Amino acid sequence: MNNTPKTLFDKVWDAHVVRSIPDGPDVFFIDRHFIHEVTSPVAFLGLKNRGVKVMFPEKTFATADHNTPTINQHLPVEDPLSANQLKALEENAAAHGISHWGLGNPKNGIVHVVGPENGITLPGMTVVCGDSHTSTHGAFGAIAFGIGTSEVEMVLSSQCIMQAKAKKMRINVNGKLGKGVTPKDVALFIISQISASGATGYFVEYAGEVFENMSMEGRMTVCNLSIESGARGGMIAPDETTFAYLKGKEKAPKGDAWDTALEYWKTLKTDEGAQFDKELNYSADEIEPQITYGTNPGLGTGISQNIPFASTVKDGEASYKKSLAYMGFAEGEKLIGKKIDYVFLGSCTNGRIEDFRAFASIVKGRKKADNITAWLVPGSHVVEQQIKDEGILDIITAAGFQLRQPGCSACLAMNDDKVPAGKYAVSTSNRNFEGRQGPGSRTLLASPFVAAAAAVTGVVTDPRDLL
Amino acid sequence: MAYDKFNIVKSTAVPLSIENVDTDQIIPARFLKATERKGFGDNLFRDWRYNNDGSPKTDFVLNNSKYSGKILVGGKNFGSGSSREHAAWAIYDYGFRCVVSSFFADIFKNNSLNIGVLPVTVSPEFLAKIYQAIDADPKTELEVNLPDQTITLLATGEKETFAIDGYKKHNMLNGFDDVDYLQAMKNEIQSFATHMVL
Ligand code: SF4
Repeated sequence: MNNTPKTLFDKVWDAHVVRSIPDGPDVFFIDRHFIHEVTSPVAFLGLKNRGVKVMFPEKTFATADHNTPTINQHLPVEDPLSANQLKALEENAAAHGISHWGLGNPKNGIVHVVGPENGITLPGMTVVCGDSHTSTHGAFGAIAFGIGTSEVEMVLSSQCIMQAKAKKMRINVNGKLGKGVTPKDVALFIISQISASGATGYFVEYAGEVFENMSMEGRMTVCNLSIESGARGGMIAPDETTFAYLKGKEKAPKGDAWDTALEYWKTLKTDEGAQFDKELNYSADEIEPQITYGTNPGLGTGISQNIPFASTVKDGEASYKKSLAYMGFAEGEKLIGKKIDYVFLGSCTNGRIEDFRAFASIVKGRKKADNITAWLVPGSHVVEQQIKDEGILDIITAAGFQLRQPGCSACLAMNDDKVPAGKYAVSTSNRNFEGRQGPGSRTLLASPFVAAAAAVTGVVTDPRDLL
Repeated sequence: MAYDKFNIVKSTAVPLSIENVDTDQIIPARFLKATERKGFGDNLFRDWRYNNDGSPKTDFVLNNSKYSGKILVGGKNFGSGSSREHAAWAIYDYGFRCVVSSFFADIFKNNSLNIGVLPVTVSPEFLAKIYQAIDADPKTELEVNLPDQTITLLATGEKETFAIDGYKKHNMLNGFDDVDYLQAMKNEIQSFATHMVL
């Protein structure tokens, strides 16, 4: 062992390199592999064609989420194609001895919500899934990132993938967040500063007081959005908050195993003097509640601001104008007061209990605006149960909202939860791409507070006025 | 997954000069419901290519008969967003073997290499030259030479070299895939696994 100072990322990476191929990638060992119905069937087909078995079935976990309905989950799934994918997942999991939390299972929910919730994701691990928001799990000090279906097949068949080590970036945010400013706002702020491709080629470590003071839910929201700045993933050093969250979780280590793990986890931080390829610093008081106005997550700003002029943006001018044209917005316009048609609270970005608490804190004692259709979709059955237990269901019901059943829902609109063409949605999800929430849909990404404020006023509203 | 070997591709090219083309545009989520890898080319750029009633949008480049070929030339930050490999499948199934851009999103680049689509990163200046050349003559040809790692505008002979790691290059040239490589080192992986802390 040499004593060169290492970053958190280096430590976890280096511990998982099985072999370095000269002039090629590393053969990289994977501790935890999540699969869902959409990106796994072709990988299983590949195994079948090669006559290969799953090497470590106990390291792969299956859940159905992308394609599932968010009402009447006790009934057969109507869409035959979706039903077929769900069936394929169930059969493939059964055939290979993989644990499967299908529709109706009390553990079911969005893959990046149920993994951490059950203690499957732990500090120092490598975690992959055929979904780009796998970066969520980096909140635990894990290296976690999304992979393609060929790589899903690699993990199933050999528990490894081929990866070149990314460059390293540290983003420090210090100070104290203001009223109504959430982890989502911190993430959207960073993306708006560095653009949707600003961290491409990098793995990000988030550091500084803002992240140290954040809950695990908040850290997951931040790491989740890493991919929206192009980063391979993002991670936060594990600390007492992390350990307290994990203690007692079903699949977390117990007894002596816990003590051994804890000792190791405490070493997982960036050493003094370790080198990053890039380092960025922001101050918490620069950040107000954010909202996006364009068709990539980098096109966002503080909610009290106006839509920037094309001449001031870093994106190409033509792309920027195309983006505004799609949204039906003009340069220089105010965002506050824009009429909204749909509100979506949910997804692996903001479908956790804290997000529902935040939403409820604003709608409490108010009424849903008549022009708004709202979809409130918990990230898992566990979250759904918490919503009931904490009395949040009563608050939102009194305000005229309904709670749906867990799943990805309008985040990618593979099921029936589609925003119609031309309509505006304030969404707590992660992507505002053209048609992401349904063909022709127009998405404004924001926090649960901003979503709640729009839901009760019917227009884009600064949530600080309602808190 | 098996794919055709890639050596030298000489072809006209299709110009898609839009930045930040995300994989939701390349293949929208509602077309990801298959359990087999079939027919994705039909839905490549679905919402840019077709109106809601299924009629083609005449102003979209894939519907313009002037342009064709095995090379797609995209704007900066091509393939951002969702990790869906279906995006690369759709590009391959449609008939492209190569995507040229000045900047690729990471996951898309990996996915493409894994299924036999070669991502070629060129300088922004060379990208602009390619667009100009196609604009001036849609029948102009490009040559992508993987053994030499060069891309050439055949009309003028202007060329640029591109980077690819030796391992991936070898795979592409031979149509090999990573699963086979990993299968061959299973014992090494097995013994590595037994030494993991967690
Ligand atoms: S909620 Fe959205 S981003 Fe998250 S796993 Fe589901 S589809 Fe992917």
